[in-house]
Amino acid sequence: MESGNHLPHVEPTEEQEPDNLGFGFPVFLMSESVVFLSFFVTYTILRLTNKPWFPPGVDGLDVTRGAINTLVLVTSSGAIILAEKALHRGEMKLFRLLWLATISLGIVFLFGQAAEWAGMPFGLDAGSAGGTFFLLTGFHGLHVFTGVCLLLYMYWRSLQPHNFDGGHEGVTAIALFWHFVDVIWIILFILLYLWPVN
Amino acid sequence: MTNQPTASVPFQRPWHDYLKFSTDHKVIGIQYLLMSFCFFLVAGLLAMIIRAELLTPQLDVVDRSLYNGLFTLHGTIMIFLWIFPANVGLANYLIPLMIGAKDVAFPVLNAIAFWLMPVVGVLLIGSFFLPTGAAQAGWWSYPPVSIQNPSGNFINGEFLWLLAVATSGVSSIMGGVNFVTTVWKLRAPGLTLLKMPVYVWTILSAQILQLFCLPALTGGAVMLLFDLSFGTTFFDPFNQGNPIIYQHLFWFYSHPAVYVMALPAFGVFSEILPVFARKPLFGYKTVAISSFLIAIQGTFVWVHHMFTSATPNWMRMFFMASTMLIAVPTGIKVLAWTATVWRGSLRLKTPMLFCLGGILMFLFAGITGIMLASAPFDLHVNNTYFVVGHFHYVVFGTVTMAIYGAIYFWFPKMTGRMYNEAWGKLHFALTFIGANLNFFPMHPIGLQGMLRRISSYDPEYTAWNVVASLGAFLLGMSTLPFIANMVASAFQGRRVGNNPWNSLGLEWTTPSPPPEENFEVIPTITVEPYGYDRPVDLTTEVTT
Repeated sequence: MESGNHLPHVEPTEEQEPDNLGFGFPVFLMSESVVFLSFFVTYTILRLTNKPWFPPGVDGLDVTRGAINTLVLVTSSGAIILAEKALHRGEMKLFRLLWLATISLGIVFLFGQAAEWAGMPFGLDAGSAGGTFFLLTGFHGLHVFTGVCLLLYMYWRSLQPHNFDGGHEGVTAIALFWHFVDVIWIILFILLYLWPVN
Repeated sequence: MTNQPTASVPFQRPWHDYLKFSTDHKVIGIQYLLMSFCFFLVAGLLAMIIRAELLTPQLDVVDRSLYNGLFTLHGTIMIFLWIFPANVGLANYLIPLMIGAKDVAFPVLNAIAFWLMPVVGVLLIGSFFLPTGAAQAGWWSYPPVSIQNPSGNFINGEFLWLLAVATSGVSSIMGGVNFVTTVWKLRAPGLTLLKMPVYVWTILSAQILQLFCLPALTGGAVMLLFDLSFGTTFFDPFNQGNPIIYQHLFWFYSHPAVYVMALPAFGVFSEILPVFARKPLFGYKTVAISSFLIAIQGTFVWVHHMFTSATPNWMRMFFMASTMLIAVPTGIKVLAWTATVWRGSLRLKTPMLFCLGGILMFLFAGITGIMLASAPFDLHVNNTYFVVGHFHYVVFGTVTMAIYGAIYFWFPKMTGRMYNEAWGKLHFALTFIGANLNFFPMHPIGLQGMLRRISSYDPEYTAWNVVASLGAFLLGMSTLPFIANMVASAFQGRRVGNNPWNSLGLEWTTPSPPPEENFEVIPTITVEPYGYDRPVDLTTEVTT
């Protein structure tokens, strides 16, 4: 396909797809957020009705570690916003750089999460505190992992010639997903880490 | 035989195309219908074993744990593999045709969503062959019963049940995103929301409801799976857990699920009645918007399933009132259908019979529903056959009847051929009589206190149970003329033109069966649907 040609020679469904993606993907995220909502509600009810919350000998989660992870994820959200802006300005090199920065921060977050899991004084089966902690962070981590995979795929696509001639809908959707994962984490951080122990 | 007003020709596919992966919404729609009907037969067979057991008060056909598996899987398969996918199949076939689109918004996603469903079927039916047997906790799968796992096996019936429900949920969410985007984005020029057929409105409402509520069940199912298999205690009352939370998560979806099932049926009634009464749908806009009202209100009624689950009184009162309010939009619809038929020139063809029968049974279901919405009454009949009777009037008497009616009505569209009318009427008679014989007796024995989900009962309930069982066997038999009729007609039925019913629906303006991309020219819509009182065509074609 010629880059100067504004009539895309693609299948009709693909010609409609980007526009549909811009509508359908936020709809999907709305739906996805309800799964998290169901976990958050369960956590909140259990936490309100169980005292003491943590297993014996544990006096809360490592807030510092959680805060560092939060900072990493929020920074990556900022990086992806800048990446999108660079793309709209047509600065592909800067876009790739910022996109890679987002990927790196996502991977750093996952490593931080893994380290926290490894050093956890209680396990999955430690009553409600154990179950909710590992379920929420695990399900969120799965989303971060999915996000990193999507980001890598889009990075690979950005290296293809004429890739973004048809529009940036894929980039927009992935960026939206990344922000979604970020917002979920902030709620999770407040509920899990900042909720006073007693 | 065929008369072709348009230039394009009908597109007949070879039958084996329906066994292959395809992204054409019309193929996927028929695949859904064929697959879900097979599961309908399986779940119906389970129901007939249940009814055979209940012919006599003693336990004599199956043992208790198998009986538990039978009613659990009967409910699960009927809901997740018959009513949902059958509705999705119809919607897949019809929505793009009704809104003047070439296909759905995400054809590949659509195909993947379909091919997940056989996996669900294999998981559910396969669980009968496990050493532990199938899931036994009922289709709600309430903890703590569902997380006991007495066998100790990691792969047990409940485990497969949860995987199946989660897979079905993924498929439904894909479908939901697809339908909502399709209706929102791909409407033909001029087709504003208040010019859409009511069927499209009901599908849109139902799918929005599904997108918003289903993830709660997914979350609940994930936690239940962890409780069952990985040692967490979310719902374990002996270890800081709370089983009531699961009930809330389950019903937060599974009550709206009833509307996800019933709304398309309302849409089918609204499509078929005007055609066979030759009158416009009475109060079209009100009926359309009431679909949306049902979806919104349906989100706030779920606790009526939990009046006996240690629910505080203020909550009981709120949900009692909100449940009764649902009668308003549904009542609007029934009134509109009645007014549509009123003094029309009725043609009592099979689709019309199924719709009239379905509306009649829906009225009955609605009345028992209002009774059950009343908390004091509900406390009395909780977990009795009265509840079972009520929801079978909904899911069979209303939804399944509507699906049957829809299959007959759009059969000429899908195949270009006409079914056999006499066999269709026989099918209707057997179905209607069988269903009422089967499900009506559940109300009196429920009021007398016969509990659901039991395999042996007090002899005083025998008479009504015999009637119900005979009805069930009749219902089983009723599928035979249907299957024979459909198979024979699909291959050898009389060829009819594009629009044998003289319907004004947009889907009838294309050849039957429609070609690859449905429309020669994308139509422009200028008027409201159901204009059976004016002698003009619904669409004016764009000159290209």
